[in-house]
This record gives sequence, structure tokens and C-alpha cells, in this order.
Amino acid sequence: MLDVRNLTRRFGGLTAVSDASLRVEAGEIVALIGPNGAGKTTLFAMIGGFLAPNEGTVSFCDQEITGLKPHKICQAGLVRTFQIVKPFAKMTVRENIAVGAHTRIKARRAALERAEAVARQVGMEPMLDQQASTLTVAGRKRLELARALATEPRLLLLDEVMAGLNASEIAEIVPVIRKIRDSGVTILLIEHVMQAVMSLSDRIYVLNNGGMIAEGTAGEIASNPNVIEAYLGHGAQERLAQAGTDA
Amino acid sequence: MKRFWIAFFLFIAAAALLPAVVTSSFWLDFLTLTLFLALLGQGWNILGGYGGQFSFGHAIFFGTGAYIQVILQSKFGISAWTAIPFSVLGGIIIGLFTGFLSFRYGLRGSYFALITLAFAEAFRILATSAKVVTNGGQGIYISLNREPAATLSRLQFNSVEGYYYTALILTAVSILLAFWIENSRFGAQLMAVRDDEDAAEALGINAFRTKMTAIGLSGAVTALGGVFYVQKFLLMDPSIAYGPTKSIEMLIVPIIGGLGTIFGPLVGSIFLHGLGEASKIVTSGLIGDRPGLDLILYGVALVLILALLPNGLIGLMKGEWRRPGGKKAKQQTPEAGRDA
Repeated sequence: MLDVRNLTRRFGGLTAVSDASLRVEAGEIVALIGPNGAGKTTLFAMIGGFLAPNEGTVSFCDQEITGLKPHKICQAGLVRTFQIVKPFAKMTVRENIAVGAHTRIKARRAALERAEAVARQVGMEPMLDQQASTLTVAGRKRLELARALATEPRLLLLDEVMAGLNASEIAEIVPVIRKIRDSGVTILLIEHVMQAVMSLSDRIYVLNNGGMIAEGTAGEIASNPNVIEAYLGHGAQERLAQAGTDA
Repeated sequence: MKRFWIAFFLFIAAAALLPAVVTSSFWLDFLTLTLFLALLGQGWNILGGYGGQFSFGHAIFFGTGAYIQVILQSKFGISAWTAIPFSVLGGIIIGLFTGFLSFRYGLRGSYFALITLAFAEAFRILATSAKVVTNGGQGIYISLNREPAATLSRLQFNSVEGYYYTALILTAVSILLAFWIENSRFGAQLMAVRDDEDAAEALGINAFRTKMTAIGLSGAVTALGGVFYVQKFLLMDPSIAYGPTKSIEMLIVPIIGGLGTIFGPLVGSIFLHGLGEASKIVTSGLIGDRPGLDLILYGVALVLILALLPNGLIGLMKGEWRRPGGKKAKQQTPEAGRDA
């Protein structure tokens, strides 16, 4: 469904993403992980049309979308959320979600009805008439998700929707994401909350220093020596092994 | 939605009956200009209030509409009615032209404000130098013809009432337009672009096209204000047309009344004009005729409103105000933890 090939993005002398490729098949939940500053959000920005890559291509449903404007990409069925949430502060939750719904629905009333249905799907029903600016962090993250979902995407890019949430809030949102996938939406997510990543994803990509260093199932990734080095520092794999034999 | 229609019909009914009570032509003229300013304010509000694009040179649309209306009549002998669509079209074209140049290059916030200010100044100078079309600084006139038989064909009224009701109709139409904006897909997308352009783009909204539509609509309404001005005063010169006075009046009215609200420009205009007259009456009544004192009073009141009412007078009606120097007392939009 999504085919990202050899994307590179440089900011002056800094190469934020270099030669990164990934594929997402229809119906999957794929996670993109990596230490802070690895280039995950930059990669998302290039897929979503917010940044033009220096090299490489992005194809969605066999159509090349590299360099298209974000609104075109959204209309094609690929939508992203933002790590730094961007609520429409002066609108209510219902109106916020309706903005997403309007991408496919012209009539105001139908869009507001669709907003209500989406709010139910992500468990925001009680907050429908609340001003977006009065929401908690968890509420805002969920609003990002709801708005994106209201555009009726085929592929949903979630940028750290669980960051800043407490354990019980995370426990609430994990099944919501799984339900979205079961309703037929493919998901690619950036996440630091490992317990969620491990339980949700079918496959995991690991990005470090702008390059893709590993790809596999949760089990494969957890035991991959490159990944352990990237997260815990150079030589960590050996020290861990050492500690294991000493014990 | 129901509340809007009640408020709208109450306003129309009250305004339609006012001339029966207000018989002094001075005060009726005062009310006419209040409605006229509400119309201009609504023109600005479409782009500035709903779209978040603060223009400091909205006179460019007012002046262009007014100039086309007056030139077509006095230089080409075209009838007032035939001239109107051209004047409005002129407002739209100038809107799209300035909009294209600004939005294409992503000018936002103070940069957009500055470029509109510059455009209006450029047009003022252009109107002063293009003497062949505009008669330059001495101004251009429509010949006065107040024959009762010519009232409708030449759109010149014998009575103050004629202009009053015309202004009322135009203001009512502009209010209906704002109502449509609040309840349409276009409006929802425009407000989304105002609140966060990136998020709007991510949700499938063509931010550029949305802003272009808004500035076109805004230009049309404001140009219509220019048409009214010309038909009432029968003259136009570069500083009335493109000077900063009109631009500032137009933006201050919706800001005082309530940005991005349907009745904000009307409420702001009533308040601003009322305050101007009231401060004149108070100062001359209390301490005799001291020129300028009323302006000080007027200025103080404006500063207080801007400082204490983040959402204007319409916001105050909903109980939103700010305690001086302190935290926001009661407001629906606390900014705390916004980007957490």
C-alpha cells in the first residue's frame, strides 16, 4: 500500500534521513521506532507532503505521491497526525472532527453527524461540545486521531499519539487503535511506548541516525544486536551478554 | 441556529422601525453611517475574523469599488445600476490579485498586514497620479440629480431614509453571508486554516484556495461598501478611497465587536459610533467646547476594550473578560498547556 524508497533529506550539512526505505501492506499495523533525533518525524513529514525529499520516492497505492501537497495526499487517502498536537483551538471537538469529515462530505449537517460517529469510535463522545482548547493532553491526542480518522483514510500515520499519556490512558487507546485497523484502515505509527509497540504492531522498522537499521517482528527486533546498540549505546550488546554469563 | 434567526429578525424589525422614532435627519444620517461601517467591518471580518488574515489595507477594496462606480458613471455615462456589478467585480479581482501575491509566497501575520498596507498606499499614489481617469487629488464627482423620478434609475435619494434603508439592506445581506460562512463547509475550512494552517492541510484542505476564496468574498463585500459611499456622497478622491482611515475603521469595528462572529461588526460599529458621539456630548456638556477632549475619552475607552475584552463585546455578552494585569478571569479559551 505504501512504498517508501531511498528517501534522503538534508538540512544544510545535517542529513536527517538518509536512504531510508519502508513498505506497509494493506491491513497491517507497522511501527517505526528509534532513539530521539533518529529522523522519524522527518520521514513522516516527507511521506505526508510537508517536506520535499532530496532524493527518493514515495508511492501510495501504486501512485507516486512524492512532492504532492499535503491536502492532495490526504484526499488520496493518506492522512497523518502531528506529534505536537494542533487542535483548532476556537472550535468545539465536534467542529474539529467535522473539519476532517468535510474532506469527503460537502453538507454541513452530514459532516457534523459523521463527526459524532467518529467521536463514538474513539471514545470522545462526552467531550463533543467542549472547546478544543480546554482538552487535556490525552484529549488532544485523541482529537488528532479522531480528526484524521474522519477524513476516511486508507492509511493512517500516527506520530506519537501516546506520548505524554499515563499508563491507564495508554491502556485505553491501544484497543482503539486496534479497532481502527480492524475496520479496514492500515496504520503506520511512530511510538516510544514500547509496551504498546510490541503488542500492537505486526512489523517494526528501526531508524537510527537517519538510516534504517532493522526490520522485523516484535520478537526479532527485541533481540537484534544493532537495535540494542542503538538504544543502549556502543558495546551494550556485549556487556549484556557478559552480564548474562556472569550471572 | 434558531437563536441567530431570532436575533436577525429582531435587528431587522427594530432597524426598520427606527426612522419612525428618529425624525432628526442628523441622527438618521448617523445611523446610516453606523450601518455602512458595519458593512465594511463585515467585509474585513470575512478575511480577518474568520480567516485570521489581518489586513491593514482593506481600503484598497473599498476605494476600488468606489472609484469604478464613480468613473463609470461620470466618465462613461453608464447607469448606476449597470456600474454596480463592475465595481463589485473590481473588488474581487483586486482581492484575488493581492491575495495571490501574498498567499502564494506564504505571507502570514504581520507580513500580510504590511503588504496590504503597502498595496493600499500604492493605489493611493496611483489614483493621485492617474489624473486622466481619476482627476487626481481634486477628486471625481457624479452630477447631482435628486429628481424624484430619477431616484431609482440613478440611485440617488431625496431623503435620508432612502440611504438608511439601502444601508440596512446591504448590512443585512452581509450578516446573512457571515451566517452562511459559519454554517458551511467553506467556513469550517476557513476557520481551520485560521487556527492551524498545517493541520488544515493535513486534513485535506487546500489552504491557498480557501484563503483566495475568502479574500475574494471580502473584496466583494467591501467594494459594495464603496459603491454605497459613492452613491451617498457622490464624490471620491484618493485619500478617502485608499487612505489609512478607512482601513483602520474597518478593522477596528470587528475587533471591538468580536472577531469571527456574525454580529461582531454591527455591535462594534454601533459602539464605536455611539462612543464617538457620546464623548462629544459629554465633554461639551460638562466643560464646554474643548476640541480634542472627546478624542481622548474615545481613545481611553478603546484601549480599555482592547485590553480587557479578548473576544470583543460579543465575548463580553458570553461573560468572557480579562482581569487587568492578572490571569484571564473567565474565558473559554485558556492557553495553558497548549503545546504540551
